[in-house]
Amino acid sequence: MQEFLQLIVTGLVIGSAYALVAMGFALIYKSTSIINFAQGEFVLVGGYVCWWLYTGLHVPIVWAFMITMLIAVLMGMVLERLMLRPMIGEPIISVIMITIALAAVLKAAVTMLWGTQIKVFTPAIFSQKAVYLGPVLVSEVYLWTFGFAAVFLGVFAAFFKFTRVGISMRAVANDQQVAQSMGISVKRVFAISWSIGALVSAVGGILVGNINGINITLSDFGLKVFPAVILGGLESIGGAIIGGLTIGVLENIMGSYLDAYLGGGVKEIAPFIVLIIILMIKPYGLFGIKEIERV
Amino acid sequence: MPCGLFFETYQKDQSIFPTWWLRCWMIALGVFLLAFPFFAQPISDLVGINVLNMFNLIFIYVVGAHGLNLLTGYTGQISLGHGAFMGVGAYTAGILANMGLPFYVCLPLAGLVAAAVGMIFGIPSLRLRGLYLAIATLAAQFILVYAMRNWEHLTGGSAGLLVPTAKIGSFEFDSDFKFYFLALAFAIMATMYLKNLSRTRTGRAFVAVRDRYLSAEVIGVNLFKYRIMSFGISSFMVGIAGGLWAYYITIISDEHFTLWLSVQYLAMCIVGGLGQVLGSIFGVIFMVVLPELLRIPTELLTGIFPNISDIFASLREMVFGIVVILFLIFEPDGMAARWHTIRAYWKLWPFSY
Repeated sequence: MQEFLQLIVTGLVIGSAYALVAMGFALIYKSTSIINFAQGEFVLVGGYVCWWLYTGLHVPIVWAFMITMLIAVLMGMVLERLMLRPMIGEPIISVIMITIALAAVLKAAVTMLWGTQIKVFTPAIFSQKAVYLGPVLVSEVYLWTFGFAAVFLGVFAAFFKFTRVGISMRAVANDQQVAQSMGISVKRVFAISWSIGALVSAVGGILVGNINGINITLSDFGLKVFPAVILGGLESIGGAIIGGLTIGVLENIMGSYLDAYLGGGVKEIAPFIVLIIILMIKPYGLFGIKEIERV
Repeated sequence: MPCGLFFETYQKDQSIFPTWWLRCWMIALGVFLLAFPFFAQPISDLVGINVLNMFNLIFIYVVGAHGLNLLTGYTGQISLGHGAFMGVGAYTAGILANMGLPFYVCLPLAGLVAAAVGMIFGIPSLRLRGLYLAIATLAAQFILVYAMRNWEHLTGGSAGLLVPTAKIGSFEFDSDFKFYFLALAFAIMATMYLKNLSRTRTGRAFVAVRDRYLSAEVIGVNLFKYRIMSFGISSFMVGIAGGLWAYYITIISDEHFTLWLSVQYLAMCIVGGLGQVLGSIFGVIFMVVLPELLRIPTELLTGIFPNISDIFASLREMVFGIVVILFLIFEPDGMAARWHTIRAYWKLWPFSY
């Protein structure tokens, strides 16, 4: 029982990072209807840039964090302007392919700059000291990670709900033409969506990088996000959060209980098995909008 | 002298090689392709690349790319799992060959097993389209590669699986030179098949499903049947490509059939031209030749930057990404469309209409 709780807790921590990245993904999809296969590479870039600033250049962590977020925002904006805007109105396969190509470019750039070795934040930002949380033993860094992720998720959820920009983003998501005729700049909303998408992913990268160090496999986050958003429903921010947490926990539990039967590494594919099941049963997810098409 | 082509009968309009000139060019191309391997050695020495090997890879990939182009270009369904389907073909061929079955039995079976797997993962296409289907096939990719790595007593796990060379009777395709003709034959067969398929009732149904699936259903095209069918044929072709690849490389492991291969297949179809037979051929040539071309500047630059060869792999990925992005933005219809424009220009010259 205690082992089970342990699995749930560690699952929730990684799941909160999935939720952050999934939120970025859902946000971009919701307002621009672009599927961003490069979301995981945003995570990668965030993790590496912050590591480089902190460990390489000895910038204080608070500043390193801020600068990383700034870089992520700029990156999101520039990429949207240069690559995604020309693709408006192109068929879906072209848009998917351009984000895949973008992922290849970003990944290659990171490998060229920083190599493929595991990078560790030194000195560690959060202590690895273990604390008891009821019956469960958790290291402090996990709690911090979960806390930070929760704060960011809360802030951005509130941002969409209450701020002017957030409301205009929801308006664009709902109906682009109507939003435009009401005086909302759709282009600006697109740019903001991409910036926030990149920003939350970068934060996810920094948080996860803190736990196990950073290497190139951090980009797998982008792929694990698909089960999360599909489970939650593609258009739903709240769904992305729930989906992220669920996938994090499920992956951990399935990984540890099925490994013995399936020969190891189940953790890597557990989310995709879940994904196939969701697609078969409820393809539009828990909170997604069911497409109804009429001739 | 007429400017342009004017057909007076449907038969002429529908023929594969409509003009006398085209037929001549095709014969010339055929003669060139058959004669090429006899002169390959001096060419390889001259450019420093094993051109026969390159041609063999091109032929194998053409078979697979035609398969994906049928699915994505003709029927409009995106698949991110074709790398893994190719792997299914390769492993089937490899495992059966190790059991002692002859080449001409293993290869069709490789195609059939890949087709079956492809159709299973294509079932969601009944309810899903576009993005959702892409994600479903993405899941297929990961699950299949996982099975290849962990089903050890069947696939040899991460150590890989040794495959004997292809043999028909007592003739063994054990060198680049001999394999060339085998691969060429399959590439030609696949090309002719796709070209002809697109002119049949089935091919037109595929295009109808792509263009307006609701209208297609209204006029009586069975959506589910044709969607699954295109998954089946497409995976069959890519499975054959996988089988050929296994016989050619003679050692296979799951490392080769990653998501990256699926992405490369998609890139081949897009850069070449979706929904065009010529497109997959152009795309494959481009994607196989590009890394070789990149090697030349890399080797020149090693004198100045000694560790550039370390980053060669990532450099290749980066160039790949940039090329695909540029193609999508500036030439979304691919190389085949550009080729048609150039040909039309020649044909119509000096008139521009």
